[in-house]
Amino acid sequence: MLSIKKLKVSINGKPILKGINLEVKAGEVHAIMGPNGSGKSTLAAVLAGRELFEVTSGEVIFEGKNLLELLPEDRARMGIFLGFQYPIEIPGVSMVNFMKTAVNEKRKYQNLPLLSSSDFLKLMREKKELVEIDSQLTNRSVNEGFSGGEKKKNEIFQMAMLEPKLAILDETDSGLDIDALRIVANGVNKLKRPDSATIVITHYQRLLDYIIPDIIHVLYNGQIVKTAGKELAFELEEKGYDWIKKEFAE
Amino acid sequence: MNNETNTSPGKNVLVEDYNNNYKEIFKQTPDFINNIRQTSFKEFDLSGLPSKKDENYKYTNIEAAFLGAYKRQFSKQKLTIDVNEVFKCDVPELDNYLVLVNGWFYEKEKLLTKYNNGAIIGSLIEASKQYPEIVKKYYGKNLTKQKNSLSSLNMAFAQDGLFVYLPKNIIINEPIQLINLIVATEELMVQPYNLIIAEENSSANIVICDHSLNPQSFLLNSTFEVIANKNSKLEIYRQQNAHDHSVQITNTFISQKENSFVNSVNITLNGGTVRNNLYVELNEPHAINKSYALWLADKNQHFDNNVHVHHLSPECESFQLYKGIVDNSSTGIFSGKILVDKKAQKTLAFQSNKNLLLTNDAKVRSKPQLEIYADDVKCSHGSATGQLDEDAMFYLRSRGISKKESCQLLMQAFADEVINKILLEPLRNEINNLVEKRLRGELSRCNRCKVNCGQ
Repeated sequence: MLSIKKLKVSINGKPILKGINLEVKAGEVHAIMGPNGSGKSTLAAVLAGRELFEVTSGEVIFEGKNLLELLPEDRARMGIFLGFQYPIEIPGVSMVNFMKTAVNEKRKYQNLPLLSSSDFLKLMREKKELVEIDSQLTNRSVNEGFSGGEKKKNEIFQMAMLEPKLAILDETDSGLDIDALRIVANGVNKLKRPDSATIVITHYQRLLDYIIPDIIHVLYNGQIVKTAGKELAFELEEKGYDWIKKEFAE
Repeated sequence: MNNETNTSPGKNVLVEDYNNNYKEIFKQTPDFINNIRQTSFKEFDLSGLPSKKDENYKYTNIEAAFLGAYKRQFSKQKLTIDVNEVFKCDVPELDNYLVLVNGWFYEKEKLLTKYNNGAIIGSLIEASKQYPEIVKKYYGKNLTKQKNSLSSLNMAFAQDGLFVYLPKNIIINEPIQLINLIVATEELMVQPYNLIIAEENSSANIVICDHSLNPQSFLLNSTFEVIANKNSKLEIYRQQNAHDHSVQITNTFISQKENSFVNSVNITLNGGTVRNNLYVELNEPHAINKSYALWLADKNQHFDNNVHVHHLSPECESFQLYKGIVDNSSTGIFSGKILVDKKAQKTLAFQSNKNLLLTNDAKVRSKPQLEIYADDVKCSHGSATGQLDEDAMFYLRSRGISKKESCQLLMQAFADEVINKILLEPLRNEINNLVEKRLRGELSRCNRCKVNCGQ
């Protein structure tokens, strides 16, 4: 589904990602872990199409297409979803209008008929229940005045609405208490389909108690330095990242 | 005193015109109005048109705006068209409106109506004849304190205009709507004068729509005098939607008494050069004034919004939110001043101007000012000009919404903050619609109205 080869990315001339290789197949859950500043969020943003970053070399193929050539909105319509580490507040843009536009843009792309207002509201109700989001939140402006936990739940709600093929969740667990974490993780698990994949980016092992990854990667200093099964998470929890830093020190 | 008068070609023509035609002008109105015409004319003759040296007109060249070969109508001229044929406002619940054509009322049966509850609505000239005692009490009374040569000019030439009289304790729920139409085959200068009087405990909604029917250039210099007496409540909504060859100047004077509340929202959708002057006086305790404005400028349009709020009495509140979106090579200007007198203790006053700059060629000038002589007040002001938020854009696009549509959503959100202050729902929906179309670069036509504004 997703194939990243020798991806190098810099910002303002400073290299951040220094040759990433990653293969994600349908049905898989990958976790990318690593200390702060290792390039995890940059990788997520580059996959979603943030123009702030400069891809200096390498390629990213998603469903047979060169992802790096596509606009962020086209990537989204193809099925890429980025769950933001810091969801943006957009005063004045209502959740309903936002989601309706997004869902219908995707349906247009898929040559499906647009949803009527009543069908759309029905869909919203279903998905809200699925991800256990407070139904009042969708009556407000996008993320405006939402608590940290509400913002993260809202990301999962949007994911439920858009049914992506590849969801990239950037530190979705940060700032969540244990109940919110469970709700978010349940949402992700319920939305899992055999033809979809998930990349969970996290700093802590805690989220991986709820979302069981098939493969764990450790990103350090712009490179994937370790790839293993879920047992790697426990090792990291126990020993921290220091041993990795030592082993791969420049 | 300096006898030197301020001259400019535009002014000279006006002075000459007045001197040659005052007899015809005076025939329209009773003596008490004509006396005010004379005084106003003298004031104008002395001050002339505001020049660019005038700090308040630094960025808007009014002298140049008056240079067109404008014709003036000193009395009601015969209309060659049937207004009801060419114009129809079919916004739900806004179907009972008055139409002022080139500054005159033409519909005889609607000229002036006195309702059973005592409210009087219609032509100002007619009211000055039928109810001189009411009109005389208020006509031009507020303007003398503000030296504004454009309103002096308006008062000298004043044509007809809307007259609204709300007697004590009368509440009118149906909106009172005036359509200000310019239908001209030659370049016209139109100068209506409007008077709105709300007596104690009265309340009404007033909707004013400025439209042009054909692409002939014109200059509209209108004055609104609004008197809000004790405990009265007024909502005043104005929509400016005329073509790019128009000059639209409005001088609005709002005078408020104890515990009165005035909410005004001004939406400028289209126009060539627009200059809006709003003067608010809070004369007695607990008066509240809220003023909102939104302007959407593109091409070479030039929109200038000026507000002056004077707190003369303790414990009053004023709030201004002025927002502009400027595109292409257009210019958006805001200048605001809150003046708090020494005795106006416990004043609450807030002023904010926000601008969205869409291109490198568009210009914004913003000058918020506070002048406070009292020592126990809560006042603040601020101005922010920027582009569309990059983070918000990316967030929307990452959900599959195109760049264009994301811009649209963010611009509409910006505009909504002002539009939402229109409490009259059908009007709010209509304005929302027009703003959406305007921001999409589509023709912003009011419903099925045949008028092509913004062409």
